[in-house]
Amino acid sequence: MTDYRIGIDVGGTNTDAVVMDGDDNLLAKTKTPTTEDITSGILNALDVVLDDSGVSEDELDYVMLGTTHATNAITERRGLNEVGVIRIGAPATQSIRPLLEWPDDLAEAIGNNVAILDGGHEFDGRLLNDLDEEQVRAQIREFADVDAFAVTSVFSPVRDDHETRVAELIRDEVGDDVPISVSNEIGSVGLLERENATALNAALTSVASEAANAFVDAMNERGIDANLYFGQNDGTLMSVDYAIRYPIFTVASGPSNSVRGAAYLSAVENGIIVDVGGTTTDVGAVTEGFPRESSVAVEIGEVKTNFRMPDIIAIGIGGGSIVSTDGGVTVGPQSVGYKLTEEAKCFGGDTLTATDLEVAAGTIDIGSETPDVDAEIVEAAREYVRERVEREVDRMKTSAEPVPVVIVGGGSILVPDDIAGASEVHKPDHYEVANAVGVAIAQVSGEVDRIYSLDEMDREEAIQHAKDEATDNALAAGADADSVDIVDVEEVPLSYLPGNAVRIKVKAAGALDH
Amino acid sequence: MTVEIGVEEIEDIALGATVLGTGGGGDPHVGKLVAKQAIEEFGPVELLPPNELDADDFVIPTAQMGAPTVSVEKLPSGREAVTSMERIERELGKTADATMPIECGGINSTFPFAVAARRGLPVVDADGMGRAFPELQHETFNIYGVSGTPAAVSDEQGSTCLIETEDNDQLEWLARGVTVRMGGVAYVSDYPMTGTQVKETAIPGTMSLARDLGRALRLAEDDAMDAIREVTRESIYGEARSLFEGKIVDVQRRTERGFVFGHVDIDGLDSDEGSAMRIEFQNENLGAAVDGRYVATVPDLITVLDRETGGPIPTESLRYGARVRVLGIRTPEIMRTPAALDVWGPGSFGLDATYEPLADHP
Repeated sequence: MTDYRIGIDVGGTNTDAVVMDGDDNLLAKTKTPTTEDITSGILNALDVVLDDSGVSEDELDYVMLGTTHATNAITERRGLNEVGVIRIGAPATQSIRPLLEWPDDLAEAIGNNVAILDGGHEFDGRLLNDLDEEQVRAQIREFADVDAFAVTSVFSPVRDDHETRVAELIRDEVGDDVPISVSNEIGSVGLLERENATALNAALTSVASEAANAFVDAMNERGIDANLYFGQNDGTLMSVDYAIRYPIFTVASGPSNSVRGAAYLSAVENGIIVDVGGTTTDVGAVTEGFPRESSVAVEIGEVKTNFRMPDIIAIGIGGGSIVSTDGGVTVGPQSVGYKLTEEAKCFGGDTLTATDLEVAAGTIDIGSETPDVDAEIVEAAREYVRERVEREVDRMKTSAEPVPVVIVGGGSILVPDDIAGASEVHKPDHYEVANAVGVAIAQVSGEVDRIYSLDEMDREEAIQHAKDEATDNALAAGADADSVDIVDVEEVPLSYLPGNAVRIKVKAAGALDH
Repeated sequence: MTVEIGVEEIEDIALGATVLGTGGGGDPHVGKLVAKQAIEEFGPVELLPPNELDADDFVIPTAQMGAPTVSVEKLPSGREAVTSMERIERELGKTADATMPIECGGINSTFPFAVAARRGLPVVDADGMGRAFPELQHETFNIYGVSGTPAAVSDEQGSTCLIETEDNDQLEWLARGVTVRMGGVAYVSDYPMTGTQVKETAIPGTMSLARDLGRALRLAEDDAMDAIREVTRESIYGEARSLFEGKIVDVQRRTERGFVFGHVDIDGLDSDEGSAMRIEFQNENLGAAVDGRYVATVPDLITVLDRETGGPIPTESLRYGARVRVLGIRTPEIMRTPAALDVWGPGSFGLDATYEPLADHP
């Protein structure tokens, strides 16, 4: 059986789509402008690739969507839920109330409803304090008007009983319709960052539902009865239902999809990926085919979070970057963005952009005119871009050894083929739609991140326990049982703690169940 | 003139404390937020120059101790250090006139302000490390003969353990054990002192130095180094010097006995091109050598700055490829006496080096 799949990436400027067959061959691709309602942009792209590939709607098994709607909602404080933020941990933790460090307008946007109640655990799973169920019920009733709840208990990554019980009490008090986010499903150790991520997640569930509905409606409108997925931060997929419950996991899916797509198109499993867009260039690293994760707290909308995010450096250089010649040639960070086709000189506009230089140099042929640009300026601008890209590529490396570099994205022409520190430079076929390819070929994954006491079980047992749980999580997310592999095991001995405590993180991933 | 520490000054102290933390001392983020909330609730705190203490004023320092991964999860109730302080007061039958940090680098630079805000006490503008060091005996108070005990260690449940020991190494040993039983992090009051003892043994002016460094870094538009140089020039520390500029080419770390040991290798850029620097660390930066020859060691401060942003980089965030500037700051006289070097000279951390104070001028 040939299962066709469509990958769609909705970016700020363009909506890209690809059709791929069951052997991951690319049959058709398109780049269309993103529309304000998103749905019509998706439909436009969908129609083009279906038409070009000759694949009919009923031959599609999977449609995957990568989108930045959640990120935009946070940045623009738009459509966010009012959230009841409940922390379980008193008498500990009262010295820093929830949302203390949030920007005021963002805290306001989610209603600023916070409470710190009795309960929580110690690092070794001992009880910190009993959960006071009457106190919890009274608080839930006080938060009667909220749209969603976020529940965070001290050391819930070690023991989640209190979070689970509070979620049950919320169900009991307000029914099944109010979304509940519990922190142990979202982040790891680090109370404030995990609580922040959980509160953001709770704030996003309505926006996520809308986006999911738009996606589902678009598919229904074309009579497509396929399995639908969203791309997530680590470059793997999640079901529509999961995306509605955990929208925070989609915020960095764009760069992750590019990394995965670039790795697939170039067959480079380990190296550096440079994705040149309209406004920015994202530099990331691929390790065994997956995006390398950031080791430091990642800020979303000026809020510190600690869940897993790809390690990406963005620089303000892209196809739409404005070229300045005032005292030395510079490129970006100002950009004409999605107005390239109105404002760039090659489209008859008045602004000199990075794209114009390449048109002038004859390396690309787009737009209506060929701008007249001094060859020295073209050379100086290229050197400027080269220097910036080379520096970030070097920063993403983990050692001085030369590594393969893959260049993708619509603005790839801006980056030269001979980058210092690169063992080889790839500009693979279909580079301009690498992100849509990335989401189309994505696997589904499951993760686990827990502290084990090796006084109670030996190390092998602990790791096996974590692997089994990660595998179960991958299966629950839709992975085919035969294809699930453990893709990452990380073990951190907590040597300052007694009882031989160790923190084990495991990730399992597999192909979609056909 | 009374100097008040409000929310903005706490931000500056936390940032300045990352320079004085010399790569360690713990992330000041949690300490900063605890102090900010306490000041919002109880009002600003007076920063008291040590020379304004009366001879028989009673000062009880306060600090957090324990495992960093626990301290970012089980945040304090805010009462713990106050409980410790009250236990010392009860034991000695005296009420504290002020509190004081035991360490001006990292997380413990800001915690005492939360205690002070709750109790309505001033914070003495001084500390006992002049930087960050890993253990409780690494204190000028200890070096110059102040007993660390009676000391009290408290948790969020209101439990307190009073510790009396013959020497301050034993205090560190017992307090560390109690901290583990209290869930991995606890709040200590130790080295209770008279005003005279503070004047004789503490390093003066370190809190206002942290604040000034933080403010200078916050306001510095392009040259962070210049800003730091200007602030240190006016202090009892030596003027900050740029020791090396380059790119990190290797970082090695290993965890032993609860500490992170390792080194970072930096290849020179610009005027340092062709040379290489190695910095050894145990939580904090211990020694910096250029082409195999030490150019700075403990107790002088060695801090790695991001060459572009000027922000200090803690040892746990050092990574390949970062462009850095390494700066050195000579510690004040009180930290460089033979008695002090016995406790925290290069030899006490296993470095094969003789302490040579950093020179004043570049």
